[in-house]
Order: sequence, then C-alpha cells, then structure tokens
Amino acid sequence: MLTSDPWLILLVVVPLLAAPVCVLLRNATAAWAVALVVSWSIFGIAVKLLIQVLEQGEVFYRIGGWDAPWGIEYKLDPLGAFVVVIIATIGAVVIPYAKKSVENEIQKERIYLFYTMMLLCISGLLGITVTGDAFNLFVFLEISSLSSYVLISMGQDRRALTAAYRYLIMGTIGATFYIIGVGLMYQMTGSLNFADLSTIMPAIADTRTVLAALAFLTVGISLKLALFPLHMWLPNAYTFAPSAVTAFLAATATKVSLYVLLRIFFTVFGEVDLFATFPLQPVLIGMALAGMFLASLSAIWQENLKRMMAYSSVAQIGYMVLGVALATEAGLAGGIIHLFNHALVKGTAFLAIGAIIYSTGAVTLRDLRGVGKSMPLLMAAFIVAGLGLIGVPLTAGFVSKWQLVTATLEADMWPLAALILLSSLLAVIYVWRIFEVAYLRDSHLAPVKIIKKLPLSMLIPTWILALASLYFGTHATLTMDIAHTAARQLMGGM
Amino acid sequence: MISAYLSQAAVIQLTLILPLLGGLMVWALGERNRNLREAASLITAILEFVLVASLTSDVLDGGRPSVDMLEMFPGLMLTLTVEPLGQLFALIASGLWIVNTVYSIGYMRGNKELHQTRFYVCFTLAISSAIGIAYSGNILTMFVFYEVLTLSTYPLVTHSGRPEAIKGGRVYLGILMATSIGFLFLAMLWTYNITGTLDFQSGGILADKVHGPELAVLLFLYVFGIGKAAMMPVHRWLPAAMVAPTPVSALLHAVAVVKAGVFAVVKVIVYIFGLDLLVDARADDWLILVAAFTIISASIIALRQDNLKRRLAYSTISQLSYVILGAAILAPISVAGAAMHMAAHAFGKITLFFAAGAIYTAAHKTKVSELDGIGRTMPFTMGAFAIGALSMIGLPPTAGFISKWYILSGALETSNALVILVIIASTLLNAAYFLPIIYVAFFKEPQKRHKNAPHYEFENHGEAPWPMVLALCFTALGTIVLFFYPEVPLALGQALVGD
Repeated sequence: MLTSDPWLILLVVVPLLAAPVCVLLRNATAAWAVALVVSWSIFGIAVKLLIQVLEQGEVFYRIGGWDAPWGIEYKLDPLGAFVVVIIATIGAVVIPYAKKSVENEIQKERIYLFYTMMLLCISGLLGITVTGDAFNLFVFLEISSLSSYVLISMGQDRRALTAAYRYLIMGTIGATFYIIGVGLMYQMTGSLNFADLSTIMPAIADTRTVLAALAFLTVGISLKLALFPLHMWLPNAYTFAPSAVTAFLAATATKVSLYVLLRIFFTVFGEVDLFATFPLQPVLIGMALAGMFLASLSAIWQENLKRMMAYSSVAQIGYMVLGVALATEAGLAGGIIHLFNHALVKGTAFLAIGAIIYSTGAVTLRDLRGVGKSMPLLMAAFIVAGLGLIGVPLTAGFVSKWQLVTATLEADMWPLAALILLSSLLAVIYVWRIFEVAYLRDSHLAPVKIIKKLPLSMLIPTWILALASLYFGTHATLTMDIAHTAARQLMGGM
Repeated sequence: MISAYLSQAAVIQLTLILPLLGGLMVWALGERNRNLREAASLITAILEFVLVASLTSDVLDGGRPSVDMLEMFPGLMLTLTVEPLGQLFALIASGLWIVNTVYSIGYMRGNKELHQTRFYVCFTLAISSAIGIAYSGNILTMFVFYEVLTLSTYPLVTHSGRPEAIKGGRVYLGILMATSIGFLFLAMLWTYNITGTLDFQSGGILADKVHGPELAVLLFLYVFGIGKAAMMPVHRWLPAAMVAPTPVSALLHAVAVVKAGVFAVVKVIVYIFGLDLLVDARADDWLILVAAFTIISASIIALRQDNLKRRLAYSTISQLSYVILGAAILAPISVAGAAMHMAAHAFGKITLFFAAGAIYTAAHKTKVSELDGIGRTMPFTMGAFAIGALSMIGLPPTAGFISKWYILSGALETSNALVILVIIASTLLNAAYFLPIIYVAFFKEPQKRHKNAPHYEFENHGEAPWPMVLALCFTALGTIVLFFYPEVPLALGQALVGD
C-alpha cells in the first residue's frame, strides 16, 4: 500500500536549509549545535520511516503535487529506508564526535564551514536515496560530491588538496557518465521516473542506445562506488581527509553508490532480464574478486592506518558487489546486509583511528606501540572493528560472511565461496599487524606518548558503533529480515 | 542441591557466565590486591566445577537439558544442550581448572611473570568458551565458541611478548583461523544448505542427504577444519603454542583447547554424520589412515625432541589421534574408549606439563638432556611425572590402560589389523620417549652447572613452590584413581553411543 508522507521531504529539506544557517552563524560551536540537532532529528525521522515502510509498505511524496511521471516523486521502499537509516545513524554518531576532533584538525575560523558542508553532504546522500527521479538523483549526487570534495580538502596535510582534486576529477567523470547514461535513456523513453522507466524498458532493451546507457551508468556509478579498478581516488581521499570526514564518508558515500547501482540494475532494468541479456555477471564478479584480493593485499603492506583501512574498504566493496552480481535474492540480501554491517564496522575503525590521531598525533602503524595499554578502552573498540573486518563470530562481519557464502552455495558457485573465505583470511593478517604492535611488547622502542587525554565525546561514539556491530552480530534476525525483504522486492521488480 | 534454588536452564547458562564474572572480579581487583585476586580465581573455579557437576546425574539418567541463549540468525539459535560427551568434557575442563589455578599461583609468582591479571582474565574467558563448546547444541554454537577460544588463548600464548612468542602466536592464530574459516565454516554452511538444520541429533542429520565423494569431502572439511584436533598436517600450531607459560600449556594445550578439538570431531562424527551413515558408506577409511599416520609420526618426532615441552606437545598430537582413531573405528565400544581416553589423557598429560613447569621454576631446566639425577632433588615431581608417563604408554595401574583397552577391543571387534598394529607400535614408541627420561632422572648422577653458566643460582634447588607440587601430585593421584574407578567417564562414554 502506498501512503503519501511529508516526512520524506523533510529528510532532505531540513539539512539543506540548516546548511546556510551555519554560514550565517559564523560561529564554530553554534554551527556544531545546529548540525547536532539536525542530525539527531534526521535519525529520528529515518527510524520512524523505516518502521512505517516495513509495517505499511512504501512511502511516497510528490513535489509540488505534480503526479509522477511528470513531476518529481520521492519514494521510499525497504531498501531505501534501510540505507537512509544507515546514513542517519552514522551522521548522528559522527557529529558529536566531530566537535573535538575537528577543533584539533581544522583552523578555528573555518569550522563553521565544515559543519555547513557536512549538512550539505548528508542532505545530498539522503536525497539520492529517497528520490525516484533519475535527474533529481544527479542533482543530489553533485551536492554530496561537491561538499565531500570540500570536506576532504580541509584535511591538515597539504596533500589533502591534491587528494581532493583527484577525487574531484574522478568524481566528475563518474557523475558525467551517469548523466550521459540518463540522457540516453531519456532520449529513448522520454521519462526520468524510475518506476516509469522500468515499465518502458522491456520494449527497447535490446537497442544499442540502451546498451550504451547501461554501460555509461555502470561505469559512472562504479567510479563513485570505488569498485576495483576505479578505486584510485579513494585511498588518498580517505587518508588525508579530516578524521571525522573519513569515518562519515567511508561508512556512507560508497554505500549510497551501491544503492544507486541496485536501483539501476533492479528497478530501472527490473522488468528486463538484465543478467541474461548483457554480460554483466562475469565482469562484476571479476572486478569484485580482483578488489577483494588485490586491495586486501595492498592493505597488508600499508604503514598508514587510514590508508590500510581505506584499502580494506575497497576490498569490502568487492564483497558487496559480489553479492549483487549473483543476482539472486540471497546474493542481494548478502550485499545489502554487508552494506549495513560494514558501515558499522568501518565507521568504528575510522572513529578509533581519529581518536588515536587526537591523542597521540600519529597515524602510522609504528606509532601504535603500547597504545593497547595507554588507551585500553579505545583500542578494544578498534579490535572489535578489526574482528568485524575478518568476520569473526559475534561481530557484524560474521553475519555478512554467513549470508554471502550461503548465497554462493545456493547458486552452486563453489569456487566463489572458497574465494570469499580465502580473502577474509587476508584481513586476519592486516588486523593482526595492528594487534601485535598495540599490545605486544617491543622492547627496544619506547611506547608512544599520549599528548592529549581522549575526551568522552570521542570515545562514546566509537563505542556506540562498536556495540552496535556486536549487537547486530549476535541478533541478526532484524537486519537479515530487512535485507531479505529489500532483496525480494528488488528481484520482483518495482 | 543447586536445583533447589536454580532452574536447570539457569544453571547451564551460569556455567558460561560465571567464569566471565570471575574474570571481571579478577580484573577489578588487579595487581594491587593479588591475594584477593587469586582467591577470586580459585573460588570461581570451584563454583564452576560444582555447577557443572550438578548436571551430571540428570545426564546419566538420560536427560538432555537444553536452553536457547539468543536468536543469532532467523531460525538459528545459540543453543546449549547438555549431552554425555559434552558433560564429560565440561567435567574434565572445569575440574582440572581448579587444580590448574592452584598451580598457576605458584608458577606465575615463582617466575615473577608480568601481566598476571591479564593472564587470569584471559584464562577465565578461555574456560568459559571451552564450556560453551562442551554444551553446544548445534554446530553454529560450537563454531562461535571455537573461535572465541582461539582468540582468547592467543594473548596467553604470546604472554611474554618476546619475539619468539609473537612468532609462535602467528603460527598458532594463522593455522587455527585459516582452518576454521577456510574449512569448518564452509562445512557448516554446506551442511546447512543440504539439511536446513545445524542441530546435533543422535543418529546424525546427514543420512540420505549426501552420498559418495561428497560425503568424504564434507568429512575432510570438518576434520581438518577443526584444527584444534591437531591431525597432521594441521598440527604445527601445538608445538608453536609451547612458548606460553606452562599453566597455559598444561590446562589449555593439553586439556581444554585440544580436547575441544577432538571433542568437536567426535561430536560431528556421532551427531552430524551418524555412525551408521559412515559405516555404510565407508567414508571414513581415510580418517583412520590419517589418524594412524599422525599417531606414529608424531611419536617419532617426539623421540627426537630435546625440549621437554615440545616432546610433550608431540606426544599430545599423537594421543589426540587416539581419540579420533577410537571414533573413526565406528564400533560403539571404541567410541566409548575414545571418550574415556579424553579423560585419561587429560589427567596424565596435565601431570606431565605440571612437572615440566615445576622443573623450570625450580631448576630453570627445559631440556631432556639436562634432567640427569633431577629425581633425587625433586622426588615428588618426578614421581608424578613417572605416573603420567605410564598413563601415556597405557600401563596399569593408570587410566591410560583402560582407554587403550577399549579402543583395542573396538579394533578387534571390527578386525582392523592396521589399527591393532598401530596401537602396538605406538605403545612401544611412547615407552621409548618417556622411559629414558624417568631413567636418567632417578638413576644418573646429576651434572653440575658451570659457575658462569646461566641460571647458576638455581643449582641448589629443591622442589618447586608447594602449590605446584600439590597440584601435580593431585593429578597424578587422579590418574591412578581413574584406573580403579572409571565409572563416570565410561558411563558417559557409553551413554554417548547408547542413545
């Protein structure tokens, strides 16, 4: 049953309007307070909408009262609601954390701009998720991308500028490819509404133009998604961005791109037997596997913690795409649940790294000497995240791995199951490098000094995400059901 | 007694929670209140044993109390079920934990080890997960606690933080994680995919579901996925784990961890495959071969080890495969013998490790070649060592004789000439690597250390601190008592195949 609900538009409008308010305030603390109130109210709205969608079915809102497909329609199905909750949760956790972290990393007179950009970025990501219109999605894609370029360039290190610039180039190519794809589709169908497109598509699916559109869309989104080998922008961007930004983007931005990929493949092309018509499956599986192995191997050799976790993200994106590429309900559910679980796990990891930077001023592996002893609570959260990356039982990562391997077995793809497990063993290596340095004695080097005591406002958010990953690792029924519902709906078309 | 106050379900859950609470107490008390901290460890261990023991009579009467802890996946619970073999394992682990705690106090203080609080806390975690494996009601629960056991014992293996400890830790974690994630996890999901259930059921859940080569592959994944059973070639983690302080080697790497491994293998054979399925399909012939190979070659390697703990470790690898062998023969009497051997080997091997640790603490000697005449200065320790060694060889009046007898009976019943030969050959090999130690300890003249040699200050040693001697005499006594009164382990072993 469809219900119209104005709460949907508030998700996007509230942060969008709050952003200029921050500029007008021109005060760091006031801007932070605005961002805090906004992020927490969005979290409330997101949870309300998720419950509503699960209980009563899809929610929509028509802008200006114009009926679809002529007007712009916002629409929330279980998948969208799930992604909205992920973005809202991470936002609500990162903003309180950001206060101290940002004061430490960004010049005081620029801090209000940081919160402005954060709000714009949140607004853009939420917009991508709720809109049912292909062009409107492009607009939000640009809002979120432009704000994230600015956020990354605010990093302390001067190399943040080149990292942001590189991301800008790659991101713009990605967005341009996307809009070319949308344009080609518009030329063939005269429509921009996803639901409308999906009904027209079967009639024209085997034309060259649609094939070209699909290719442009897939490559464009894969760039934003950082699917191997289009991930080159990601390690530097994550490494040099301010810590709070890295945590936020790592847990949300790539996830939203995956959401767009799912939307295109299974909503727009939902009525077409996409994977039978186009040779997508071998390409996606190949990319996913290459990412899982090569990026994990790169992670093993990194000395910079942020870069290590960034490569690990590229590998984890491989798992999600692998689930999607199976094109079965179980596979999609695996990809979707990993989207959620990985947001929790990687969010924890980057928040913990940010806290280490705050307290010790250092970010390389060597600088973790004795941190297990001097910052026991924080390091424990980091280890929880590390175990989650490996997929040890009782953590959220285990749930993802369970579902993904189950999906490959159901699809009779034995070698894939073995490869998933093999690549998760690579994670053991890089997580254990961290563990050994942090906890085991290295007699000839003195432990690293704690410069500043870690504030609770940074420790508590880190632990909230760590505990969430433990909770959803042991009580996966809820998330598993949502992922399956979302996957079933995608597989059944709109 | 306890059931008057607590429901059985509560008692089962408490067996997992109590060690954790004890661990919290230990952590809260810390190094500053070390006497209180040690008291807390000891009291927790005693209470734990009382809790576990209180479940025994019900299980012997045929009860299978079960409790669901939480729903992990839709329709898949973390379930604890008490059944005979698990009860036996839980009794052994929790009972010997008491003795080991007494011993640890002497050892850790005697050797002035660092991070003692972390040591005791990790120990409680390890015990809790060992009990979790013992009472696991399905493979998922077993797998979860299996992994927790690996992770919680890792800090104990690398306790000293020295480079060789870190290196040993890598081998330990690498092999155990690689096998469990690579094989066991896959086997578990495969089983779930075929049967739609992961419950341990008597008679097995795979009957009529898998056939021929698939069955053999699945068994392979399980047996080598459970790396803790230390079947060759995934045995290397056990010698690597010997860098740990001796109480860890004694309770965890002679009892809790390795027994968890063979226990899991036996449980999978009995409750997942079912004896009938494997007998009909002859799917486990290769398992007998691998177990036989492990028994013989580990013994041969043990012969050549000069480091006492390493020799004991290889002896453990060999003895573990006795349990696998007993189960793989698939005769009910030998499966009961396998269960008995878990108890017998536990008491014998912990005695041997206790003795090795006592020798290290008192004399700072770690090599077999240094033990000439040590029986004269440490008569209790070496006497206990002799009893433990006799049990390993399988001579009366020690518990090892009984279990070997049962396994041999099973081999005769199924007229398996290979198994009979292997048992005879390995008995000779066991004698060859244990008897010389006893001989030189009691009958050779002691060698004096040179004045400038390291550890010269330990030259005029006597026995180790009394808690250690007390503990090792107690377990040696247990080895003999178990020979005369093997009723409880045997009854549990027979209940395992009886129902």
